[in-house]
Amino acid sequence: MCGIAGIIHRKKGGDVGTEMTSMLRALKHRGPDSTGFALYGQPVEGQYVMRYKIAEQEELSSGFHIHKDLEERKAKVDERLRGLGVDILSEEAVTEYAYRVTIKFDGDMRKMADYIEDVDGVEILSIGEGLELIKDLGDADVVADQYSLNGFAGSHGIGHTRMATESDVDIRSAHPYWAYPFKDVSVVHNGQLTNYWNFRRKLEHRGHRFMSNCDSELIAVYLADKMDQGKDLQESMQDSLAELDGAFTYLVATTDKLGMAKDTMAAKPMVIYESEDMVVLASEECAIRSIFPHEVDSFDPYEGEVRVWER
Amino acid sequence: MGTLNDEQHKSYDMGMHTEQLTGRTMQKFFSLDEDGGRFTQPYTHDVDFDKKYELDVEGMESSAINTKIRELMVDGYGHIVIKNPLAKHSIFVGMLNRLKVDIEGSLGYFGCGLIDGPNVRISGRVGWSCAENMMSGTVVIEKNAGSSFGAAIRGGDLVCKGDVGSRTGIDQKGGNIIVGGSTGAFSGFMMQRGRMVILGNAGVNLGDSMYDGTIYVGGDVKSYGVDAVPGEMTDMDAKWLENKLNLYGMKAPNGISKMKKIVAGKQLWNYDNLEPTEKKIIL
Repeated sequence: MCGIAGIIHRKKGGDVGTEMTSMLRALKHRGPDSTGFALYGQPVEGQYVMRYKIAEQEELSSGFHIHKDLEERKAKVDERLRGLGVDILSEEAVTEYAYRVTIKFDGDMRKMADYIEDVDGVEILSIGEGLELIKDLGDADVVADQYSLNGFAGSHGIGHTRMATESDVDIRSAHPYWAYPFKDVSVVHNGQLTNYWNFRRKLEHRGHRFMSNCDSELIAVYLADKMDQGKDLQESMQDSLAELDGAFTYLVATTDKLGMAKDTMAAKPMVIYESEDMVVLASEECAIRSIFPHEVDSFDPYEGEVRVWER
Repeated sequence: MGTLNDEQHKSYDMGMHTEQLTGRTMQKFFSLDEDGGRFTQPYTHDVDFDKKYELDVEGMESSAINTKIRELMVDGYGHIVIKNPLAKHSIFVGMLNRLKVDIEGSLGYFGCGLIDGPNVRISGRVGWSCAENMMSGTVVIEKNAGSSFGAAIRGGDLVCKGDVGSRTGIDQKGGNIIVGGSTGAFSGFMMQRGRMVILGNAGVNLGDSMYDGTIYVGGDVKSYGVDAVPGEMTDMDAKWLENKLNLYGMKAPNGISKMKKIVAGKQLWNYDNLEPTEKKIIL
């Protein structure tokens, strides 16, 4: 059991950091192992925000040379970024293992991502003009405090509280997943995919990379592959209902869209509140009520349903 | 059974006792004449329906809310108004009293589960598994409901005036589920008894593997499940529907005469009429 939530402000923006933290706090009982946010801030023309980690949290408590190792990994990342001609505009070490950089880069995004992730222990969590993907161990308050998310102004976001089932409790298995190498595309998922390994092999043969053994990562890579073939978000999500097997409900966000898909068995919950100003959706009503204490009309989407909202 | 009183006449007029009972599961195992004096429920209290209490549950945990409601019943309150439920889970669960309850707001999962007797009105919506295993009483929801609505209910009326999710009335063993809007997939799955009324549309696999009971649908059915077959709408069905819908101020959008009736084809039945012990005697 995991909890997922999303919000999109259709007109003006909002404090999506605080709103998502509130919703994920309300869903803590669905999974306290890790919490993740994909928040969409104000994009700046020609600039990208890259979030990456150079180690798992648990690595910090292992080995005599781990701090020195981390310094070396970071130095390698910097060296490779410079080597690729990436212009680093700003850099912030959020934790000893998690970094946020703003960059200018007009080269091949996939090549850059592959080259950086080739450094041992390094994983790019997201690259986007608006997207900032943050995930770590602990509940919503722990992660939001650690990464100073309250007050994050933006247009939309999705998030996840994880109860680890078929893969480890670590950052690489936490959600959301970035749909590498597509800038600004992220996914959160509640459920299980039963044809994960078969589909993963197919996608690996097509040149995609997987950073974890978590079935949810497959959805992000699957959607990236579909969009790579020229399909739009709605079509890609519609295809997933036929091709991905299992019980699942997932959310996907792009630069200006928020989508939801529910499998044909409808075994995983989702509640939606929709108004002219915003759309809020979550695994449980109590998450929506955490930001709307007054009475609102909400509904459950049906089996096999795909919905996409645009700003 | 002895002479019918006014209340019983009313229920007979509404068609609540006209269902043709067939099969082993439909047998009556007790009679009111023989056992009427021994139907006293444990953990129930004498309450005064004119004695009203407004309970603001904002900031309270579900268990504390349910404990407080029980304390109010002990104190004789027969009308409880619950304010600010904020979609919390498991509110008003396991209440076995006759009681009038107004819930001003929405409930989360498992609301009103395992109840026996109360009359509940909910002004908002409910989450998954509302009124699961309900035994008797009424629950009326003004807005929408989540999946597994009325799972395994055995009696009473469970009414949602809006749309409901999937698996409505799964394993229904009695009572009536009435939905003003549409329902999702697998509704009436393994239904065993009782009636389900859907005034809107029904999703795929309606009534899949139903053993018995009756489903009425006012709109379109995406697909029928295994062994769910169309039944003949009788005057008795129409009268029952009319009375029941009137009772809750609801109407079939296209009229009752246009509603479809779905029953069990009973082709999957693989029973004999003998209990294992009886079988041993014969063998």
